[in-house]
Amino acid sequence: MPTNSQEWREETLQVAGTNLSVIQGGTGTPILVLHEELGHPGWLRWHSELARSHTLLIPQHPGFGKSPRVEWISNIRDLAGFYGRVLRERNWRPIDVIGFSLGGWVAAEMAACDAAQFRRLVLVAPTGIRPPEGYIMDMFTVTARAYLDASVYNAQNTPEFAKLYGGEQTPEQFEAWEDARAETARLAWQPYMYNPSLGPLLEGVTGLPTLIIWGKQDQVVPLSAAEVYKKSIAGSELVVFENCGHRPEIEKQAEFTECVQRFLA
Amino acid sequence: MHIMSFSERAYIYVPEDEIIKNGSSYFGVPNTFFDPQKGSQLFHEYFDERIYAEELGFDGVMLNEHHQTPFCMGSVMDVEAAILARITKRVKIVLLGNPLPVADPLRLAEELAMIDMISGGRLVPGWVRGAGSEQIANNINPAFNRERFNEAHDFIIQAWTKPGPWRYEGKHFHYRFVNPWVLPLQKPHPQIWIPGLISPETVVWSAKRRYPYIALATQLEPTVEMVNLYADVAEQEGYQAGPENFGYLQNVVVAETEEKAQELAKGFVFGGGFGAFARAEWMFPPGYNSKEATKRLAKAFTDPRTGTEIIRFTPGKVDVEAVKRSIAENFKSALEGGLIIAGTPKTVLKRIRYMLEVLRPGIFGIWYHHGPMTFEDRKTCLRLLGQEVLPAMREMAEELDLPGPYEVQPGSRKLPPTGKREPVVGIATAA
Repeated sequence: MPTNSQEWREETLQVAGTNLSVIQGGTGTPILVLHEELGHPGWLRWHSELARSHTLLIPQHPGFGKSPRVEWISNIRDLAGFYGRVLRERNWRPIDVIGFSLGGWVAAEMAACDAAQFRRLVLVAPTGIRPPEGYIMDMFTVTARAYLDASVYNAQNTPEFAKLYGGEQTPEQFEAWEDARAETARLAWQPYMYNPSLGPLLEGVTGLPTLIIWGKQDQVVPLSAAEVYKKSIAGSELVVFENCGHRPEIEKQAEFTECVQRFLA
Repeated sequence: MHIMSFSERAYIYVPEDEIIKNGSSYFGVPNTFFDPQKGSQLFHEYFDERIYAEELGFDGVMLNEHHQTPFCMGSVMDVEAAILARITKRVKIVLLGNPLPVADPLRLAEELAMIDMISGGRLVPGWVRGAGSEQIANNINPAFNRERFNEAHDFIIQAWTKPGPWRYEGKHFHYRFVNPWVLPLQKPHPQIWIPGLISPETVVWSAKRRYPYIALATQLEPTVEMVNLYADVAEQEGYQAGPENFGYLQNVVVAETEEKAQELAKGFVFGGGFGAFARAEWMFPPGYNSKEATKRLAKAFTDPRTGTEIIRFTPGKVDVEAVKRSIAENFKSALEGGLIIAGTPKTVLKRIRYMLEVLRPGIFGIWYHHGPMTFEDRKTCLRLLGQEVLPAMREMAEELDLPGPYEVQPGSRKLPPTGKREPVVGIATAA
């Protein structure tokens, strides 16, 4: 895992009735980063670049990484409510937010519930909406490795992917992925990775600047879901990268960072 | 000793190559390979075999349940059990087992009670977590597998014993109205047996409840460890475990000649056999394993010294001939290691005796068929078992003092005055 201990630190916050592990780094206006279904992947290049002008706050969802499970959180809307409470208790609202995949779903649920808790919303290939065409790839019937392999369009041209996942799998990595998969199953087993009421509830959201980023060749969440997000959130902007899968932040790292920086400037 | 017959009621007509091409996995083979005419014929043959087993003197006929797989056609085992309840007269109908996490527990309580009623009190319910693939086949969240198992178990026992009507609000199951009319004939409820693949969590759970634990064709050495673990927990619970607490399911094929038996035994590794039940990603869906089991699995999946992945499925890259060579190798070692016992009655009895001496089980299941074995060969196998193997096994059980759970109530043995338990496995195994 590419890490630079100079750039980030990990802190345990006693908040919302639990101990929440939060990775923090950078200086400037804070951005809440909500990680994907296999957990926080580590401090990546896009983190470094954004951290020059922003403070990144990356909580590990309860049940992922070092954050203990919270028994009463049994679906993504519960998790969104949990983070709403975290923002209130920490006086972090309103805040900019970036959510990846499952983390994007959490952010969208939070916006649907209370858009005023955010300043600006960035959704990166979020799950949460049933794609009108195709299915969200089922991570529960494949290995974590197979799921990751499907998450980029061209792994060979994505040096950061090789750095993250290219080596041999260690027992620790296997265990961390299994923990993440188990918690994701608890939250999103059925309906798989979406909430039928999210689209209609997002339609009530106004005045929240929203950027939606997608890879055109996303094999995990079909691009058709992007159109639903764009239609549901009034005034949102959709950016689609060519030759890009489910992980634009690593596969189109430079363009991704530039796009997000422009939006959050 | 309780001796029972068992087979998976496999759909035996899937070409072996298809199982191998599917990543050495029965689960997931397309059901276009199912011929309903042949399936219907097989069901009738399998019922005839169970009636025959009763005639031949088996104490029980054991069934099991797997979903969406040619490995076992008994996907709704209780349907088969209900038929057996009526067409057999004497044998115990041993269900090992109903996968509780995927069941509707109230309905299951009713089904099992009906089977016990119809059979005149011959039901032995057994309960399992279900293989990983069963969670996928039934779309039941594997992350709650053990929670659902525990809750369903507690609920069914209550449904059978606590006068209704009452209301139930659990975590995974909710009932406004619990008042099942048909209750088991056996009181307070039938004996419950727990089969498994020697996961320590389940062994401990069973020992705490004094339920007999039946190891399903597992390797001898870890099975001995399991028996000792059970007995240790029994000691903590204040009782002495005995043969009535333990069972073992053994692959045994007999025929008129050694050669014929060896040939038939290959059915147990057909397509990879038990080892090809389902691909790793289906056997271990998310959260199915406890944290401890995941740690064990992490090591199994990865060589801790080199970090090399040991199991990694690569679709589309299956070398069928190479897999067949490794199946042939596995067959050889399964015969040599005694996981499969094949021969004439005289030769198989030697190894069976060894198993009885070592494991000292009070329940012994004979898994006599898997793979492409004809109805005639299956009947011959059963006949030889019934006429020659069973009587000899009964003498051995007498000599070795191996009472079954209907001779000694499981959990009723007192610990010695010292409070320290007696050995439960044969001395020979201590080495």
